[in-house]
Amino acid sequence: MIEAHNLTKTFRDKKRGTIRAADNISFRVQPGQIYGLLGANGAGKTTTLRLLATLLSPTDGGATVAGFDVAREPEKVRANVGFLAASTALYARLTAREMIAYFGRLNGMTDDAVRVRIKQISAELDMDDFLDRRCDKFSTGMKQKTSIARTLVHDPAVMIFDEPTLGLDVMTARAIVKFVRDCRARGKTVIYSTHVMSEVEKLCDVIGIIHDGKLLAEGTLADLRVRHSEQDMEEIFVKIVGGEGTK
Amino acid sequence: MNWSNIVTVYLKELKDSLRDRRTLMSTIIIPALVMPLLTFGVGKVMSVVMKKAQEDIPTVAILGGTDSPAVVTALKKSPKLRVVASPMDWKQAIGDKKLRVAVEIPPGFEAGLKAGSAPSVKVFNYTGELKSENGTRVVERFLIDLRDQTIADRLAEHSLPKTLARPFEFKRENVAPPEKVGGNLFGGFVPYLIIILCFSGAMYPAMDLTAGEKERGTMETLLCSPVARVDIVLGKFLMVLTGSLSAMCFMLVSMGATAAIGGSLMMGGGGAATKVGIGAATPARATMDVIPMIDPLGLVGVLAMVFPVAVMFSAVAFTVALFAKSYKEAQSYLAPMMIVVIMPAVVGMLPGIDLNARLALVPLLNLSLVCKEMLSGVWHWDYIALIFGSSCVYAAVALALAVRMFSREDVIFRA
Ligand SMILES: Nc1ncnc2c1ncn2[C@@H]1O[C@H](COP(=O)(O)OP(=O)(O)OP(=O)(O)O)[C@@H](O)[C@H]1O
Ligand SMILES: [Mg+2]
Repeated sequence: MIEAHNLTKTFRDKKRGTIRAADNISFRVQPGQIYGLLGANGAGKTTTLRLLATLLSPTDGGATVAGFDVAREPEKVRANVGFLAASTALYARLTAREMIAYFGRLNGMTDDAVRVRIKQISAELDMDDFLDRRCDKFSTGMKQKTSIARTLVHDPAVMIFDEPTLGLDVMTARAIVKFVRDCRARGKTVIYSTHVMSEVEKLCDVIGIIHDGKLLAEGTLADLRVRHSEQDMEEIFVKIVGGEGTK
Repeated sequence: MNWSNIVTVYLKELKDSLRDRRTLMSTIIIPALVMPLLTFGVGKVMSVVMKKAQEDIPTVAILGGTDSPAVVTALKKSPKLRVVASPMDWKQAIGDKKLRVAVEIPPGFEAGLKAGSAPSVKVFNYTGELKSENGTRVVERFLIDLRDQTIADRLAEHSLPKTLARPFEFKRENVAPPEKVGGNLFGGFVPYLIIILCFSGAMYPAMDLTAGEKERGTMETLLCSPVARVDIVLGKFLMVLTGSLSAMCFMLVSMGATAAIGGSLMMGGGGAATKVGIGAATPARATMDVIPMIDPLGLVGVLAMVFPVAVMFSAVAFTVALFAKSYKEAQSYLAPMMIVVIMPAVVGMLPGIDLNARLALVPLLNLSLVCKEMLSGVWHWDYIALIFGSSCVYAAVALALAVRMFSREDVIFRA
């Protein structure tokens, strides 16, 4: 379960002045649900997700993730979150097994528990071939699998994905999409950011359209189609974002 | 603060660093090689150069002296120098190193000598040029001998005893224990090396663990874990400290080995080798009847004093590198800091600068001064306490700063 209420984050930038990267954002994601955060470059997706993962602390407003307040109990929030982004890389000089084990231990798991868990995940994701090889020698697909294993090692209730398919080929991207669906099937709370319309259409139960730090519209795909009398997600997106005035 | 998390982070960083070639170079390989290279490499080159310079028979031009044939003949006969025809532009020739020395024998020198006193002889050389200075020494020796001989002749002429001109002799004898000699010789140099290696040992892990992680995108991954940021900083900091201390330890061990091997070479090689190797380097040492040593207890003291400084270096390098976005940027911040670190160490090496209460509070300078004392067996406990205490305070401040910087999101996620 994720609940954000009036989540706000401002950055101070020498050239651009004060930036409201997340501006009064409120939404709710239930377990077993995928919430899609759709927005253009610089819309504030990463900022919003980092606030939920407690990598940043909110300037105003707040959120509870898996029942814990992001400001008051950030460590407990992180213990219940798996965060996967294009910007969360692997340690090049560690093997996949060492990488996963490290994050297992950081999550307070015992060595035995880590060993069992790695065996299980490795079988699930078909990682046995490269489990003991160093990450710097991996293909992009192997890296993705290892990153997924890293986010899953402590079996978090909430999964946060920030443009996880960015820069991946079709096959690898499809594998990720399938994995996100699996997470939903297992009853996890999932939030997923992207700027790819088709992914949202295929994947998300609820869609939130974010622009300039503001959540402009929210609803199921069907809702949005009816409300804006358009079938195509791209048209809907342009209508919502453009209707706000093109700045 | 959770020690088990700190240890987890530390062990991972240790494993990771041991696989990083740059870190290995700066924390193990270079420190282990610096002393042997300095002693055997530079020392060897120095002694070869010195030996060559000493073997060089200086060319000497005689200016004037046509009415002093005896002196000119004696100069020409001397096997220690080679008299050459005086070129027109003899000053230029000395500058061009074609000629080492020119000696001007004034007109009427020998006649004056017979009559009682002669006008003074001038020796022209090129100060600072090694071979010219050697030549000067040879010529001056010749002139001193000539003067002594003149005195002896005059005494004999009047049947007076030699002791009239030389009523007593004196002899120099060393009473400083070997540690003191060693302390004074190496006392400045060892702390200097320790300070540099402590810093350079901290530098590379610090950059790799902070800016390097940001650049490679693993910092965000790490921050996603539930571990408190304090624990992450401390785990990483301990790794940087390990790098710093390891650089120092490898340097000291290899210095010990170098001294042992060098010492046995000196003993085994016999007098000749010793004279060439050390006697030539500084003439004063040729007369030294002790092998310079370092007080081992002093070394233990040095290690204890260096520890808080290593903590401070590690924390400062960590903080500065953390601010950078990339490895390159971190390097451009830390490289100039090396100069800041070296300066007080160099000042500490200068002879004549001694500890006082004010200097005891100057970071780094205080360390190099107190190390110099301890290595020569002097223990000023009040200063030692003051220096250790102030170093600990500086270290604590630096570490607190590192922890604070790490919790600042504008530093970690600097756009
Ligand atoms: N650390 C920071 N300091 C200053 N400004 C920032 C910082 N992080 C983000 N911003 C600004 O906040 C705004 C929102 O950025 P954010 O990264 O959240 O967008 P995004 O939707 O994830 O974009 P993208 O699709 O490019 O990833 C942008 O204008 C960005 O420049
Ligand atoms: Mg983004």
